[in-house]
Amino acid sequence: MEDATPVLELRGITKQFPGVLANDAIDLDLARGEIHALLGENGAGKSTLMNILFGLYKPDEGEILLEGRRVSFSSAKEAIAAGIGMVHQHFMLIPVMTVAENIVLGHEPVRAGVVLDERAARRRVEDVARTFKFAVDPAARVDEITVGQQQRVEIMKALYRNANILILDEPTAVLTPQEAFDLFEILRTLRREGISIIFISHKLNEVLEIADRITVLRRGKVIETVPGKGATEEGLARAMVGRDVLLRVEKAPSTPGGPLLDVDELHVSDDRDLETVHGLSFEVHAGEIVGLAGIDGNGQAELVEAIVGLRQPTAGRVVVAGENVTRGGPRHLIDVGVGHIPGDRQRRGLVLDFSIAENLSLHAYRKPPESRLGWLSPRRIVARARILIREYDIRGGGAQTIARSLSGGNQQKVVIAREIAAEPRVLVASQPTRGLDVGAIEYVHRRLVEERDEQKAVLLVSLELEEIRSLSDRILVIYEGELVGEFSPETSEEELGLAMTGGGRRGEEVPA
Amino acid sequence: MTVGTPQPETEGAPDQTVAARFALWQRAGGIATPLATALFAFLVAGLVVLATGHNPLQTYRAIFNGAGLNWLFPWVHGATRQTAAFNLQETGLLIIPLVLTGLAVAFAFRSGLFNIGGQGQYIVGIVTGTQMGVWFASLPGPVHIFLAVTAAALAGAVWGGIAGILRATVGAHEVISTIMLNWIAIWVGSYLIGFGGPFQDSSQPGVPVSREIASNAHLPVFWGSPLLQGLDIGFFVALGTLVVYWLVIRRTTLGFEVRAVGYNPDAAQNAGIGVARNYFIAMAISGGFAGLAGAMDILGWQFRLDVTTVQTASQVAFTGIAVALLGRNTAVGTFLAAALFAGLINGTASRNLDPSVFPPELAGNLTRIIQGLVVLFVAADVLILYVWNFRRKLKRRRAAPTTAPVAE
Repeated sequence: MEDATPVLELRGITKQFPGVLANDAIDLDLARGEIHALLGENGAGKSTLMNILFGLYKPDEGEILLEGRRVSFSSAKEAIAAGIGMVHQHFMLIPVMTVAENIVLGHEPVRAGVVLDERAARRRVEDVARTFKFAVDPAARVDEITVGQQQRVEIMKALYRNANILILDEPTAVLTPQEAFDLFEILRTLRREGISIIFISHKLNEVLEIADRITVLRRGKVIETVPGKGATEEGLARAMVGRDVLLRVEKAPSTPGGPLLDVDELHVSDDRDLETVHGLSFEVHAGEIVGLAGIDGNGQAELVEAIVGLRQPTAGRVVVAGENVTRGGPRHLIDVGVGHIPGDRQRRGLVLDFSIAENLSLHAYRKPPESRLGWLSPRRIVARARILIREYDIRGGGAQTIARSLSGGNQQKVVIAREIAAEPRVLVASQPTRGLDVGAIEYVHRRLVEERDEQKAVLLVSLELEEIRSLSDRILVIYEGELVGEFSPETSEEELGLAMTGGGRRGEEVPA
Repeated sequence: MTVGTPQPETEGAPDQTVAARFALWQRAGGIATPLATALFAFLVAGLVVLATGHNPLQTYRAIFNGAGLNWLFPWVHGATRQTAAFNLQETGLLIIPLVLTGLAVAFAFRSGLFNIGGQGQYIVGIVTGTQMGVWFASLPGPVHIFLAVTAAALAGAVWGGIAGILRATVGAHEVISTIMLNWIAIWVGSYLIGFGGPFQDSSQPGVPVSREIASNAHLPVFWGSPLLQGLDIGFFVALGTLVVYWLVIRRTTLGFEVRAVGYNPDAAQNAGIGVARNYFIAMAISGGFAGLAGAMDILGWQFRLDVTTVQTASQVAFTGIAVALLGRNTAVGTFLAAALFAGLINGTASRNLDPSVFPPELAGNLTRIIQGLVVLFVAADVLILYVWNFRRKLKRRRAAPTTAPVAE
């Protein structure tokens, strides 16, 4: 870093939205060949800041300096022309076109002014790939390559446009551990080539692994900028949340009892009648958390729906505490004591236009004392809600507040309060912390462990390996609708990651 | 060039259902919006009157008096007062079916369904009510009335329930199926009491009309003369039904389920609430309300049913949609909206509107203008809300390479 002038400098960036100060006098600088992580919870102002940098928003105050020169972008096009590239969480690729076509799209090399020069396009893409050591076939169609490769195409797209500053927005959210590992290799290569990278994330471990410097945002303010070396997860979490956070789930060894949930040779098909779960069998015992790990779309969604009665399995059995409930339907499953924390809380978990009290009574309304002979008691429903709101620390409103107005974390607390208050014997939690902040995640994890300690059987389905490993007493890995193996929570991420991609079907025998 | 869309920091909420949209709208506007909507409709209608070269203020006053509202003024005496009382009774008679057909739309709305079949449900109700009133002439009055009213409501419930079952089982959209059921009801009804039909009055084969219902099946009149279409106890039935509606929606597990399904069928299903079952129940109850409206009209003042009524019963049922829209699917709102439309229809009836103030051929159309404007504004209101939501969504997801929004 002999060049002292930062490649990019943000000075005093302030952006006010109605009711929210999204960015409050933010200073940030980026050196040549540096990976600078931007860490913060949802709503901390990361995205706003990057949208300002990318020309999508105009800051109310402050200035942007590129190589020491003041610039002002009024569109993404200008930002791109100035050498800034952005890779979004969701890719902007055209699936039916080839890698090369996607990369040159918008900046196509042409012959005679109009005709696409395919050979030139291919050649220039290969140049980029060679320079930065990308292993991607330019002739492959985008819908035929993996998610990790698609992300590489996005990065190449930016590099092809001569970006020397790359913004990556939560790049690992969609990747498997192995793909994330590969991505980090690529980022290190780019750093060597002098590309500067802003790496947006809320995952502490990966930020510590890759970043040269880390800037923590909280409520629109820069809390601190620290070197990656020497930073700790605890310190960063404290800066992010503003208080001490329990990162490691503290739990005693499990004392499993008898099996409460028994899934036996279950076959399930998706909405298009394609079988996505092929004869799965496993048990969850009282007093244990079984984690089901897998990459999204390997049959987890259909499996969970079949267990909780939302989807009819085509064959096999679901047995809860000795009772065959395979075709019982959701109401019966609730009655025999299966709680469900759905993966999509806004679609499945809550009636957003109902009040908190009504949402909390979404199961209880049909039984005394909330109702008698079909007559509701709004007074009792609200009274019960007040107790649960206190007990589960639901913030942002009272019993009569509409659920839609709550934050994601508090909405999830409503779901959890409802499901746990029903005192289930089996709790099926599907991605219970998706989209939640560090503080809320801590809360959800603690509740799940408490349920386990109450001798409930907990099935945890998650795409976050970290979460699976820290919570589970046993880990099952699902791949293409089949169980690949059973692992102990001490198994390394790499080994689990390999199993999740169907590689190395090791592990112990799947229990019958 | 394809440049990406900034990712919203929170996941987008699922698309709102119609019922959910209404709930949001209700909270946003409260009582002020429907009031403003109605006032604005009157104002625009006044401009129309002005454009035709008449005095809008005089027209408003004529409508006011035509609806019989001048009866409320203590200084109105003599013959004018008698006319006013008669007009107000007429308005009251119109409120009854408007409240009930309004509820038929409102209840279905609560479950997220759009019941356009109020017309058909009203017709099967009125045909059934008529024939039950014709038969069993020997029964004592209250029993006879109860029988006819119950049968009419049940017939309406069956008619609405058919659309509910179709929606619940094969997913046939209720807007389509109820419209088709309307036509079936119209033509079956026309056949039954039309020339040579089984229920036609055989004593006058040249007139397409039913036999007259037994006099002991007439609803008792509590205000005005039974011979001059005084206001009958159907008015209290309508008020009672409003209370029942409110109780069912707010105070029963059934209403809880219907609302949950209306707002979010996925979450309702997850909570063990039978979505298909609730679609059926909501449509059946809606149909029951419309059938009840038919019974009130025939037992209250029509006493015999003619084919014209069957074929033009549409007005009352379709006005029910406007009533529910303006009344925000609430009990009180439905009553107020029904009263407004009843006053309007009656107030602009050509017999009430002075020809020197407004030409009679335009009088009835004035109601339709106002009615149309109300529906338009209500719909526009929802539309504005929709556009506003959409813009917000767009802002969050904006892919704006060339036309980046220059934020204020």
